[in-house]
Amino acid sequence: MIALLEGIVRGLGVGSVYALLALGFVIIYKATRVISFAQPALMLAGVVLVSHLAGPLGFWVALPVAALLTAVLALGIERGAVRPMVGRPAFVVAIITLGVDVAIRVVVNIFIGLDVRNVHDPWGLDSWQLGSLQVQQRHVAAFLATALLVAALFAFFRFTRMGLAMRAAADDQEAALAQGVSVGAVFALSWALAGALAAVGGTFATAGVSFDGNLWLTALVALPVIILGGLDSLPGAVLGGLAVGVAQELVATYQNDLPWLGGNVSVITPYVLMLLVLLVRPYGLFGTREVERV
Amino acid sequence: MLRVRNLEVVYDDVMLVLRGVSLDLPSGAIVALLGANGAGKTTLLRALTGLLDVHDGAVTKGSVTLDDQQVHGLRPAAIVRRGVSQVMEGRRIFAELSVEDNLRVGGHTNAGAVGDRLDHVYGLFPVLKERRRKTAGYLSGGEQQMLAMGRALMAEPRYLLLDEPSLGLAPRLVDQVREIIVEINRLGTAVLLVEQNAAMALSIASHGYVLETGKVVLDKPADRLLADDDVREFYLGLGAADTGAARRSFRDVKHYKRRKRWLS
Ligand SMILES: Nc1ncnc2c1ncn2[C@@H]1O[C@H](COP(=O)(O)OP(=O)(O)OP(=O)(O)O)[C@@H](O)[C@H]1O
Ligand SMILES: [Mg+2]
Repeated sequence: MIALLEGIVRGLGVGSVYALLALGFVIIYKATRVISFAQPALMLAGVVLVSHLAGPLGFWVALPVAALLTAVLALGIERGAVRPMVGRPAFVVAIITLGVDVAIRVVVNIFIGLDVRNVHDPWGLDSWQLGSLQVQQRHVAAFLATALLVAALFAFFRFTRMGLAMRAAADDQEAALAQGVSVGAVFALSWALAGALAAVGGTFATAGVSFDGNLWLTALVALPVIILGGLDSLPGAVLGGLAVGVAQELVATYQNDLPWLGGNVSVITPYVLMLLVLLVRPYGLFGTREVERV
Repeated sequence: MLRVRNLEVVYDDVMLVLRGVSLDLPSGAIVALLGANGAGKTTLLRALTGLLDVHDGAVTKGSVTLDDQQVHGLRPAAIVRRGVSQVMEGRRIFAELSVEDNLRVGGHTNAGAVGDRLDHVYGLFPVLKERRRKTAGYLSGGEQQMLAMGRALMAEPRYLLLDEPSLGLAPRLVDQVREIIVEINRLGTAVLLVEQNAAMALSIASHGYVLETGKVVLDKPADRLLADDDVREFYLGLGAADTGAARRSFRDVKHYKRRKRWLS
């Protein structure tokens, strides 16, 4: 029972990271109908920025500054590599983002170097003891930060002029243009948001532990998450992320009871879960039916 | 005055769809634009509102001017800000947004006045006020047309371009749309009314144009268009005035075609 509860808490912490990354994918997809494979690089860039800035600035200043800088980087990618491709087939643009991803990671890796890096977060591996339950602070922090960001995003899309414009453009781009919405601004903003979310997500992914250039692989889990939740659903991204995190941690908790599955089955859990859901609901848990295949 | 001169529009670099169209929409007027399917009416409205780009279309000749300033080539947002709004064919409301959010997006370029404009639009369309929290996709066809018009009015346009607002509506609703157009115009907005329903359009317009395969073939005051034999026969479904209710014969059709060629 304790193991189960602890697994769930850990899962929510890990899942929060997936949720933040998946939100970035979905926000870009809804605005531009492009699946951005540049998210892993943006995440890595954000984390490296935090690791360099946290020394001089302290973690709590470094995090928002790094998120902002990553947003600017994302804006640059959108402007330089994606915008000129508007109107090309979706998969061509997706391939271009893949190229951008590799290129950025090469550059970012220079700033990782050979040292062991970490983000200097305040939690480390400290934990709280609640009765016989032991929960790590970093998982609770990741969950709370995600809850805060999701609430802020909700308010943004619901109540602000640009948020409404983004929803309108996602619904019918030409009709939004006809109302005087600048679709270019919508594209740019979606990339900026995704960049900032990736930076924060990545930082929580590596809180308490060190990271190296392979951290970008974590962002790949967002792919099964968005396919699970539905490519075009923001709630789907959040719930899908949390569900995948919890499933993964529970499998990790109990996999020793099933030794015939092998030692690392929790790693493939997200993909297995995705396949199972797709068998029942081909457009994901919350997605719209006619989402195009890329 | 919104003025179109010798406008040529090409899609995909090769398909010439407008071949030298000229048209005037004086401020405060209602002008009707009639024409069969595929004549190029929607294309003309796209050219007027900067939406050709989306369709790989481009103005290759001629000009669109608003109060003597060139506006073709401007981006849609700039044109809306200058006071020209379009209600697109097929309504194109944001189905997933609430009625009120649709209207707010309509006020995107007019952020300071959204509250006032909401009151104004709800005054014109009380049914939208009742349904303001509803998801727009669940509105009836007539309500969606009201919403599309209300959304365009949020920007406080001086020139409103309506693309087939009566399409697919029951006769009673067509009458309602017609009255609303008159009311909008009475409040000071010029209206360019694209219609297949020529009887409705000409009953409220002061001037009318007939577009055919990308050319203006008739350009007359509305009452004279109403009396025009070709218009009566092909747009109003009435017999030509001089032959009474005689059935349309092949010879008449040929005559019509000949005449059109001669006009063009
Ligand atoms: N995006 C496009 N690309 C290529 N050709 C187009 C495009 N849109 C319209 N056309 C062509 O341009 C011509 C004029 O079309 P348009 O939609 O302007 O006509 P319309 O008068 O509005 O017709 P309707 O009454 O059916 O709405 C048609 O032959 C149409 O096939
Ligand atoms: Mg049309």
